[in-house]
Amino acid sequence: MVPTPLVAASHQRPLVSGDRVFSVIAYGAAALIMLIAVIFIIALFIPALPAITKFGLGFFTSRTWDPVRNQFGALTAIYGTLVTSAIALLIAFPIGLGAALFLAEDARLSLVRGPLSFLIELLAGIPSVVIGLWAFFILTPLMRDKVDPFLQHTVGFLALFKGTPTGYGFLTAGLVLAIMVLPIMIALSRDVIRAVPRELREASLALGATNAETIWSVILPYARVGITGAVLLSLGRALGETIAVTMVIGNTMQISASLFASGYTLPSVIANEFTEATGNVYLGSLFYLGVVLVLITIVVNVLARLLIWRFSGSARASA
Amino acid sequence: MAVNGRMTAWTTMQTEVAPPPVPEPNIEIKLDARKVNFFYGDFQALHDASLSVQARKITALIGPSGCGKTTFLRMFNRMYDLVPGTRATGEVLIDGHNVLSPETDVINLRRQVGMLFQRANPFPKSIFDNVAYGPHMLGWSKQRINEVVEESLKDTGLWNEVKDRLRRSALNLSGGQQQRLCLARALAVKPEVVLMDEPASALDPIATLRIEELMQELKERYTIVIVTHNMQQAARASDFTAFMLMNQKRAGEVIEFGPTDDIFNRPKDSRTEDYITGRFG
Ligand SMILES: Nc1ncnc2c1ncn2[C@@H]1O[C@H](COP(=O)(O)OP(=O)(O)OP(=O)(O)O)[C@@H](O)[C@H]1O
Ligand SMILES: [Mg+2]
Repeated sequence: MVPTPLVAASHQRPLVSGDRVFSVIAYGAAALIMLIAVIFIIALFIPALPAITKFGLGFFTSRTWDPVRNQFGALTAIYGTLVTSAIALLIAFPIGLGAALFLAEDARLSLVRGPLSFLIELLAGIPSVVIGLWAFFILTPLMRDKVDPFLQHTVGFLALFKGTPTGYGFLTAGLVLAIMVLPIMIALSRDVIRAVPRELREASLALGATNAETIWSVILPYARVGITGAVLLSLGRALGETIAVTMVIGNTMQISASLFASGYTLPSVIANEFTEATGNVYLGSLFYLGVVLVLITIVVNVLARLLIWRFSGSARASA
Repeated sequence: MAVNGRMTAWTTMQTEVAPPPVPEPNIEIKLDARKVNFFYGDFQALHDASLSVQARKITALIGPSGCGKTTFLRMFNRMYDLVPGTRATGEVLIDGHNVLSPETDVINLRRQVGMLFQRANPFPKSIFDNVAYGPHMLGWSKQRINEVVEESLKDTGLWNEVKDRLRRSALNLSGGQQQRLCLARALAVKPEVVLMDEPASALDPIATLRIEELMQELKERYTIVIVTHNMQQAARASDFTAFMLMNQKRAGEVIEFGPTDDIFNRPKDSRTEDYITGRFG
């Protein structure tokens, strides 16, 4: 047929240049985003410079936070951030993984799966200030009067649970963070577990494995990388969470082995002190904390994304 | 125990009510499906399907796509339990016990009735760990597991090909090797019946022939039921053949069942003849 090539040719040209326009826009947008990120980090660095030049890397090992003598160090806040995030993950990991397995694996749930997933998404969307408010007025007294005394009675011989419980401090903040990262943990792990190829599940069950054995020996090993990604993403969220933590951690510059003690985290120091920070060094120190926080969260998030990508890639390849 | 003394399998459809005229004590029925109906929710996928599978023989299920072959096969080891909303009536007897009964110990059943899937599905573990998976769950001793892994790999003709790389990932094997590994994995828990759902449909002709050869070797010790789309394969490799077809309501029925030779050369039902001569549909 004669007309065919003509038609094809006349269609081809606009398509090609359309493609070109599109790719220019796409690359341009990607470059713009990277530029913004770089500018942002530089913009964070510049005001931090007075503190960086004055304290250098010693900033990370110093426990001093003394606005009067203009001496600042990040160790106390880093400690608080790490401890509260660790508590959060210790609580959220087993619960979240269990819930995710339940959601992904239990056939009896097929009817309520949709509503349950919706509920989890809903939980993830609750503004953190609301959670903080709830934690301040309801969780804190509960911790002070019930949970903390109980822990002291049962495992009080550990240094972790010594001291007078006030309801504020590392443990309560960790618990609040656990509640906040739980929806992410559940939703991501559930997706990862459901991405495990059905054939593998069937192979195991057809050999006479129980559901528990199948989960333990096939599903979890296969999903391990993806679940690690989910944990890291939860960690990223916990590290940066500000307002709800600030409301319950007690905001005291101290390092204490007791989880009942008040403390401070990187974000809550910034949130609490940025209005009163006078002078270049004080303000610079807050920005320095910001730089530290951004770097940590970027590393954690990138790592998490890479793991999840790698997992969904390998899941697709062998599905 | 097996249901002895029944008339040869292929006559059961007609003689379900009448007693068999001549008892043949040397025929052992390993797996006996009687008037089985199966439902996915409201949709009936099998209608009054009956099949008497002889021990240590190869029985092939053939029929057009969607006629319920996979469904039928997965009833024998209760794999349909994984699909919510399914329901089965009738009986599938193994050693006199009804597989479909709610009291059935599914775990034990599946150890007794192994399965090979359409696509090779080795675990992303080492070759050794794949075969050792079942024995390991059964808590066998290390030595016994080692023996059984070697034995199963020899039974599937893989031993010489993989004995130097047992600890390497099973995913590096070729498609045919992977499928034979899956067979070895199934054999390692010492089943009595092996169900195969189009086990060679993703393999090249040589790997396919290899699987068929293996089936011939294994049938001395195992009862094999195989679903296949490939009629030459059924004709070549099986002792008995069941031809299935959908009825008006799209529910699968067993149209004809008998020795493979009869089904392919002297079919009694015209629909069977149409199908095997390719005049179907
Ligand atoms: N999980 C399911 N839910 C609902 N219907 C199903 C399900 N699996 C199979 N069916 C239906 O049951 C009927 C029989 O399916 P089955 O897979 O057993 O056919 P088959 O003979 O194995 O086909 P094929 O040769 O294509 O593999 C089909 O109509 C199919 O659509
Ligand atoms: Mg099928």
